[in-house]
Amino acid sequence: MRLVSRLSRVPLPALAVVSLVLMMVALTLVFYVAPNDANQGFSQRIFYFHVSIAFTAYACFAAGAWKALLHLWKRDPRADLESYVAVHQGVIFGTLVLLTGSIWAKISWGHWWLWGEDELVLFLVLFLFYCAYFMLRFSVDPGPQRANFSAVYALFGVVLIPVSFLAIRIAKSFVHPEVFTLHGPNFGGWILVTYCVAQAALLLLAHTLYRVELTGKRLDARLRELRFA
Amino acid sequence: MTTAEKYVTAAYCVVFAGVLVYVVLIALKLQRLEREVDELERREPKAAEDERETIEVG
Repeated sequence: MRLVSRLSRVPLPALAVVSLVLMMVALTLVFYVAPNDANQGFSQRIFYFHVSIAFTAYACFAAGAWKALLHLWKRDPRADLESYVAVHQGVIFGTLVLLTGSIWAKISWGHWWLWGEDELVLFLVLFLFYCAYFMLRFSVDPGPQRANFSAVYALFGVVLIPVSFLAIRIAKSFVHPEVFTLHGPNFGGWILVTYCVAQAALLLLAHTLYRVELTGKRLDARLRELRFA
Repeated sequence: MTTAEKYVTAAYCVVFAGVLVYVVLIALKLQRLEREVDELERREPKAAEDERETIEVG
């Protein structure tokens, strides 16, 4: 939380530059430094961004739920918009998880999608749940009622995050690789370093995009107020 | 290029394209906001002029 509040004080252009540099470092590590996986070979390199994007999507949904809680609990006037933007970011990253996951599934399993895999279907359920958030939000007129409905819905969705995350561990078939166990990650060396850098890069990118979108939305709201004043 | 390399490239291109589309959409929105601010700025002096009372001089 302290890190996020510190990050929110960093000027936006500086944040954008740092996230771009970190992304370049991550891509260099992925393609030039990280070794080939013994089982999957070159195709395993999708893992670095696929898993990082998945955790970033979970973080965005969790942030959306946290802001929703702040809206309901402390009636923070900025929290509703912040929750909405965080959920929006989560849906964008969720789309990227589904797309990169499908490509990885095609190379590894020979199928774009497997309906029998609980972890895939549960992530899709989580994704569709948050897609429906926008249907709910835009079906109610702007005002306190819309903010309250959206906040309650975003809070319900957060329950699906641990279910989706744990599904990979409780799935019987174990087709989906299990990379994080109770004893830590299932990998080390350059693979771990590359994953950590990719994860940091994507979290920072998500935060930068969140700040850009939030600035735009606040500007839009102020402009509307000025127009109708 | 092997099949695995093609798929990995496609996956990273999808991520890049997704972020790029998002940035383009935000840029378009900011352009619209800029236009609206300009429009509002042009309207403000005109509205102030309309509100000014006309008085006879001399």
